[in-house]
Amino acid sequence: MTLAVILQVAANAAIAKMGAGIGAGLAAIGAGIGIGRIGGSAVEAIARQPEAVGDIRSNMIVAAALIEGVAFFAIIICFLIFFL
Amino acid sequence: MIRAFTSSILILFALTVTPKLLKANEEHAVADTISPKKFNTGDLIFDHIRDSYEWHIATIGHTHLSIPLPVMVYSQHSGFHFFMSEKLHEGNGTYDGFKVASEGKYERKLVEVMPDGTFLRPWDFSITKNVTSLFVSIALILTIFLSVARRYRENFARAPKGIQSWIEPIVVFICDDIAKPSIGKEKYQRYLPFLLSVFFFIFINNLMGLVPFFPGGANLTGNISITLVLALFTFVITSFSGSRSYWVHMVNDPGIPLWLKLPIPLMPIVEIMGVFLKPFVLTIRLFANITAGHIVALGFYSLIFIFAEKSIFAGYGISVLSIAFTVFMGLLELLVAFIQAYVFTLLSALYIGLALEQHTSHE
Repeated sequence: MTLAVILQVAANAAIAKMGAGIGAGLAAIGAGIGIGRIGGSAVEAIARQPEAVGDIRSNMIVAAALIEGVAFFAIIICFLIFFL
Repeated sequence: MIRAFTSSILILFALTVTPKLLKANEEHAVADTISPKKFNTGDLIFDHIRDSYEWHIATIGHTHLSIPLPVMVYSQHSGFHFFMSEKLHEGNGTYDGFKVASEGKYERKLVEVMPDGTFLRPWDFSITKNVTSLFVSIALILTIFLSVARRYRENFARAPKGIQSWIEPIVVFICDDIAKPSIGKEKYQRYLPFLLSVFFFIFINNLMGLVPFFPGGANLTGNISITLVLALFTFVITSFSGSRSYWVHMVNDPGIPLWLKLPIPLMPIVEIMGVFLKPFVLTIRLFANITAGHIVALGFYSLIFIFAEKSIFAGYGISVLSIAFTVFMGLLELLVAFIQAYVFTLLSALYIGLALEQHTSHE
């Protein structure tokens, strides 16, 4: 019983770092899925209407930057877990 | 005029800094002969990203070449102090009661050692590496734009020439594609100076952070204080431009059903959280994008040294791949430098436009 408690206390920092790593990975997955969907829709829209390339491209970049902002927020939290 | 300015800067730099630059740090040489320094990736990366009290240029063998920067602190205990940061390396690290704390809450910051041993953090007005980089980029921006403005004043109807041809398309782009669609044709001119300043400040500082030698290379826009101040500018301008209908709609929007407003004002809470969340997200987006880019590029670059610790031939072998990756990350960073400036300016314009909207018809 005491062994389990001691093990838990000793593993606290390690589990926190593992959590940070998993969180960063999940953030990367989320950003990848989101921006992948944006890119897919943008390319399809360009295929449907090639003369609107400029408009579609700028909207795609804006949407990608916004999603990256959220993903970076998760990265910063994981970084803080790692180093604080 | 740009030539005169740059040559005067170079002469000033040569005259004032070279004597101090050549005064290398001999104490590091003594410590290193005792134990050879192992390559530490974390230290390399964080030294490039963090602020510091001196500008480290190069390490040749065991000597560090750095430009010492002025330290100005006001302590509640002993008043105003002004000295160059090289004094913090002489002696045993303490000068005049001040030292750079090596651990604890004030790690890497200047603290005053009180007689009873505790640390007191004074008001720190030092010209650190980031502040120096800020001054350099301000000088660069002023040089570019004052000369462009003078050209417009003197030869208005002529074709653009020189640096004017670089700046004019970008300014027209911001005016036509960011300010006018977001803010509207009547009122965009009032906010155009702010949007242009923010865009060029972020863009030029991002680019200067990518230049690996002096005076570039200080990670200014990756400093969360700088991005926080920029986002606060946007917040203040948006709040002061808010029309009556903007604030009224935040609390009581006639378009949403009643159960979202009473008995628990869900929508007002979400809207008010949004008012504070938007500048916060602007801050984090710019800071994290630039800092993460620097970390990844430096990480690829330090792969060479990590592999070289194992065997020198592995170091040579991986260097081709590592340099290729670093160059790729550098190009991506150039794109990110422009995109982040564009997104910050675009979102600021959008928030200002939303705040200025006058709702003319209600149901």
